[in-house]
Amino acid sequence: MRLAAVDAHAARQGLRPGMALADARAMIPTLAVHDADERADAALLGHIADWCERYSPLVALDSPDGLLIDATGVAHLFGGEKEMLEDVRRTIAAQGFAVRLAFAATAAAAAALARHAHGCVAAPGEDAQRVAPLPVEALAADPVILHGLRRAGLKTIGQVAQRSRAELTARFGQSFITLLDRTLGKAAYPISPRTPLPDLMAERRFSEPVTSDDAVASTLLSLAQSLRDVLEKRGDGARRLTAAFFRVDGTVRRIAVETARPTREAAVVARLFHERLASLADPLDAGFGFDLIRLAASLNEPITTKVESFDTRETERREIAFLIDRLAARFGATRILRFHPQDTHIPEAAAVAFPAQRCVADKSPWTRLRAPGEAPLRPLRLFEKPEPIDVVAEVPDGPPVRFRWRRALHAVAHAEGPERIAMEWWRTDKAMPTRDYFRIEDDQGRRFWLYRAGLYGRETDWPRWFMHGLFA
Amino acid sequence: MGVQVEKIAILRSSLLPPEETGQRMALGHGPADTALRGGIRCGALHEVYSAAAGDDGAASGFALTLALKAANKQPLLWIRQDFASLEGGEISASGLLELGADPERVLLFRAAHIEDGLRAASEGLSCISLGAVILETWAESKLFDLSLSRRLTLAAARTNVTMFHVRAHATPSASAAETRWIVRANKSHGENWGMPVFDASLVRNRHGTTGQWVMEWNADDGEFRAAAHPRHVAAAAFDRPAQAAMGARRRTG
Repeated sequence: MRLAAVDAHAARQGLRPGMALADARAMIPTLAVHDADERADAALLGHIADWCERYSPLVALDSPDGLLIDATGVAHLFGGEKEMLEDVRRTIAAQGFAVRLAFAATAAAAAALARHAHGCVAAPGEDAQRVAPLPVEALAADPVILHGLRRAGLKTIGQVAQRSRAELTARFGQSFITLLDRTLGKAAYPISPRTPLPDLMAERRFSEPVTSDDAVASTLLSLAQSLRDVLEKRGDGARRLTAAFFRVDGTVRRIAVETARPTREAAVVARLFHERLASLADPLDAGFGFDLIRLAASLNEPITTKVESFDTRETERREIAFLIDRLAARFGATRILRFHPQDTHIPEAAAVAFPAQRCVADKSPWTRLRAPGEAPLRPLRLFEKPEPIDVVAEVPDGPPVRFRWRRALHAVAHAEGPERIAMEWWRTDKAMPTRDYFRIEDDQGRRFWLYRAGLYGRETDWPRWFMHGLFA
Repeated sequence: MGVQVEKIAILRSSLLPPEETGQRMALGHGPADTALRGGIRCGALHEVYSAAAGDDGAASGFALTLALKAANKQPLLWIRQDFASLEGGEISASGLLELGADPERVLLFRAAHIEDGLRAASEGLSCISLGAVILETWAESKLFDLSLSRRLTLAAARTNVTMFHVRAHATPSASAAETRWIVRANKSHGENWGMPVFDASLVRNRHGTTGQWVMEWNADDGEFRAAAHPRHVAAAAFDRPAQAAMGARRRTG
């Protein structure tokens, strides 16, 4: 067993990560040891990354112990790069973490500087110059390569950079050159942010943290208003809105609402958040207060009708979409459904109820089965799982005479069938028995839809019967 | 709060002559329309009970057809308690289509329990573009009391959205509903058997008389009519031939 990490005190005593536990115990018998938990570390780093989104929406993990924040166009909000670094250092340290920071034009250079030159702010174009004096360990390269570099007498990145490219490529491979270029700030190193960048966002910072629900609601409303102004100029509306609540103690809570149609009305957005916040199983806990609330709009789509239409269909569509959104925000998108026709003749799959918010407009048309004046051929209610029933029939492939369903005996007064529905063998690899459906009316006037699974004599000798639906 | 709402309801009903609020949609079935003074009242609460456990399908079918009349082609919100779907089957789009409803204009809400269903119903009643709300619940609940039904009635009257409360496995209790129906499945007759025929008892009617009729839903023209041979129901048959013939003439002409 080896040491995975040591704290500052242990480091002063001469312990280093990678040291054998037995050696460390020999040096310091009273050493306090805890099992390394990489998952918990990763989760904690994730939380810190979430919290760092207060600085910029683009935060990426630099595992196992680093974070990259894309501060393009952001630093001036904090009074400059140095001031921003100081702000990050102070607030993270206040949460009890030790932190090393650096500012550079490219991500790889910043990562190297942060780990080996804490507090460094590299001006634009200065990356190579700043990185040069760092030891070769600052290159996040394979240990074998680092060992090779040291044996070649190359101690700093600057020394490595002075060697000819061909020589380095031949010795360490092309990927090492890419790494070197990135660290020197010569090649771009795109970071992959944890959360996708929203199309648009608005935020408000509070010098005095807010705790009350009213303050949260009015903040969301005013943020929605500022989003609306921009969306209106672009002629867009958002399909998803995410509110991020940054608590002073470092916890971040994100709550999203979705809409069926692109929306920009501030009152609508505020109402949806009201519904969503009221229905949270784990309520929004302000704790000591939120010092930053951000509202982000994503999945933006153009709103086609620019002028307020007097067309009643349009008003109806808007009102219904708003109703769907309210219900979805409060109870979840899977609770409010719309029917969607499917290209199949298997009864239970012919129409699926689909979350109404995600229903697409262009559907295949609905086709009615019965001819005008005829009785319905499909039941109003369909059992998701057909229920097995006991049936007495005069002949094995004939209609039922009596059947028992849910412990009640029904005598058949009228029966029509069979309507033969073969299972779609081209969709499943499992052979499904053909179904012979019968429309039944019993002596009480109750109407049923039941089927016999399997063709008698060809597919099975003992066909089973199932109750599949109830007619009105 | 509850007391206030009730008081407002009482005051309002004493101030307004009942006939002036809410439009009525004729069902097409003569005697029933006469008893209802012109048809099913829009912007009100109606209750539909099933007569026995096996009549749930008939009760929800009858409520759907009433809702189609009241909604008058406007969209419909059908709220179902999950347990009702489990016991009585899911609503099928093909089945809706066969009964003359446009599946495009039906929104389905799955309520985990009755409280959610009621909340969704009040949301639905606040949406002016909705034609009708069907709330289908299973078994008894203490939530359904007089003041709740008054609240729903008020909400329905405000937006003119008609609400139908389908109650399976429940016995009627005091409520402020406009009408209360008890529905039983009824035999269909003739060669074209299998038509949606209901034995509907109007046991309570705030503005009119009660009665019992065997009604057949005609999905093609979206009207009720007297069933062809209602043999085992004697009460409502005395003036059928004239009414049925009139209905037929009106439809063809």
